[in-house]
Amino acid sequence: MRHGRQASPELSPPARSRPELSPPARPRPARPRRSRAVREATLGYLFVLPALAVFGVFVFYPFAENFRLALYQTPPYPGLPSRYVGLHQIGQVLTSSGFLQSLGSTLLFVVMVVPAGLLIGLLLAVAAHRRLRAMSVYRVIFSSTVVTSVAVSALVFGTLMDPVVGLLPWLGLNPSPPILQNTTWALPAIAVMSVWQFLGLSFVVMSAGLSAVPEEVLEAARVDGASERTVFWRVTVPLLSPTIFFGLVVATIYAFQTFGQVDILIGSSSAAFEHVNLLVYDILNTIEVAKTSGQAAVLSLALFLLTLGVTLLQLRLVERRVHYAA
Amino acid sequence: MQPDSRNASGERRSRRGSRRRWRLTARYALLTIGAVVVLAPLYLTFVSSLLPPSALAERPPPFFPLDPQWHDYAVAWSQGDLGVYLRNSAIQTGIIVCGQLVTSVLAGYAFAFLRFPLRRALFVVFLATLMIPFEVTLVTNTQTISELGWYNTFAGLTVPFLATGVGTFLLRQAFLQIPRDLREAASLDGYGHLRFLLRIAVPLARPALAALGVFSFLAAWNQYLWPLVVTGSGNGVRTVQIGLKLLQGTEVSRTDVALAGTVIAVLPLLVLLVVCQKQLVRSLTAGAVK
Repeated sequence: MRHGRQASPELSPPARSRPELSPPARPRPARPRRSRAVREATLGYLFVLPALAVFGVFVFYPFAENFRLALYQTPPYPGLPSRYVGLHQIGQVLTSSGFLQSLGSTLLFVVMVVPAGLLIGLLLAVAAHRRLRAMSVYRVIFSSTVVTSVAVSALVFGTLMDPVVGLLPWLGLNPSPPILQNTTWALPAIAVMSVWQFLGLSFVVMSAGLSAVPEEVLEAARVDGASERTVFWRVTVPLLSPTIFFGLVVATIYAFQTFGQVDILIGSSSAAFEHVNLLVYDILNTIEVAKTSGQAAVLSLALFLLTLGVTLLQLRLVERRVHYAA
Repeated sequence: MQPDSRNASGERRSRRGSRRRWRLTARYALLTIGAVVVLAPLYLTFVSSLLPPSALAERPPPFFPLDPQWHDYAVAWSQGDLGVYLRNSAIQTGIIVCGQLVTSVLAGYAFAFLRFPLRRALFVVFLATLMIPFEVTLVTNTQTISELGWYNTFAGLTVPFLATGVGTFLLRQAFLQIPRDLREAASLDGYGHLRFLLRIAVPLARPALAALGVFSFLAAWNQYLWPLVVTGSGNGVRTVQIGLKLLQGTEVSRTDVALAGTVIAVLPLLVLLVVCQKQLVRSLTAGAVK
């Protein structure tokens, strides 16, 4: 079947799946073919090069540099050479109270934002998943926070929570010190804002998952006499589980990378700052204020490992799903 | 949809009908509550931006601006340098969107249609970029930018984002959908790869291009951390997101102006959402449903 394509051991998937469509063998003189292959390869490298250059300089090099920087201690005065301290600095940073507090706040923040964001998104998606009047209006409204940036969201919620012009005080929620300077309430306040901002993405993802659930299956369950609640929990949710896992990963990474909310609403001068010093904010502070790149590199690697863990978890779940489907 | 005619007794049918009507009402009630909660923060911001400063602290807060103060928008535009920030954001976003489309089309085409040694390995390298969050590369990237002399320039704002692993993947998948015979027929007609790419492959991959374009636009326009790090005062390349922070920081007494700025900053994207909802949803869920 494939004798005509012997020069191309690497067939791409569509061609492989339809081998009968490949053209009949056309013997050609060897030299032009090789030169054509060289030209094609050159073109391939040329096409890949621009993206590869950007990745090399701004993704892989700085990523690898973290491992080197982590071994060097930044000198106390600028101008002095940095000192090789081996793994000492890594242990020092990872056991410091500052890092542990930052990690604790970050994990707490994840717990506050992720389940709430996903659940509300799922609820709205289920409610809007019917071909009924005005549904498209609701859909646009629910997905609207996808386009609101972190700066916009922070300004909006900063105003709502303002002790003077805000809405919260009027509703009777006016803790003292004000909510965003309050060591107890600042983190939950940031979390509420983040759930709102994440809701749009959560809704969009859940809706897409729902529309991939075959309607016949649901209809069959209903015909068999299953109540709406049973259909939802026993049919829809299991079929939706890949989407929910995907949303879980996206939400967790979103929460790990939170920065703008803290920068705009709290800031390092706030009394509540130590309790809202999320990991990325800590990294930036270490770079810009403390100017200790070695410590910042250790923190960056910690953030990387956290993200990697979540991503690997997703890969494993997807793998299991593939086995299940096969 | 429900086979009502199967119900023999009319009474049962009507009871079922009323239950369904109740369900429908409950559904709309839930939807409306959700919509109000989701919209309220933005709506209240819009209303407050139109209030005179004296009315801001009024309780209960006015839910409709009876006497809209449009001049806050003019103040935000001129005093808050919002016009400059918006222009900068437009330039920055334009460069990033165009750059990502070009690099993704080229690399995606190479991975889909061209044969060259190490192709698979390089594709894995591209996908590996998805595992490294940008925040992790911050330490060295800020140094790189200042060593290149790119602090406070559009180059510094945009060059790190001119390529994307997701975009390359998206376009490779789109190009793989194009039948091989088409490429072979085109090559018999004397089409080289470049001509085939521009005349046939890119037009056929338009949906994927649109999705990537909308997604890059959204991501670039809303960037906060990187523009904050690589821009400063002076010769002005600050983007609108950073402008918002400054508007809030400096004009403490002018909350209404800061809110007007917020509305101006989010408006282009709300338009994008309504006009390009399909592409937006497609790009955001590219990884969710395979």
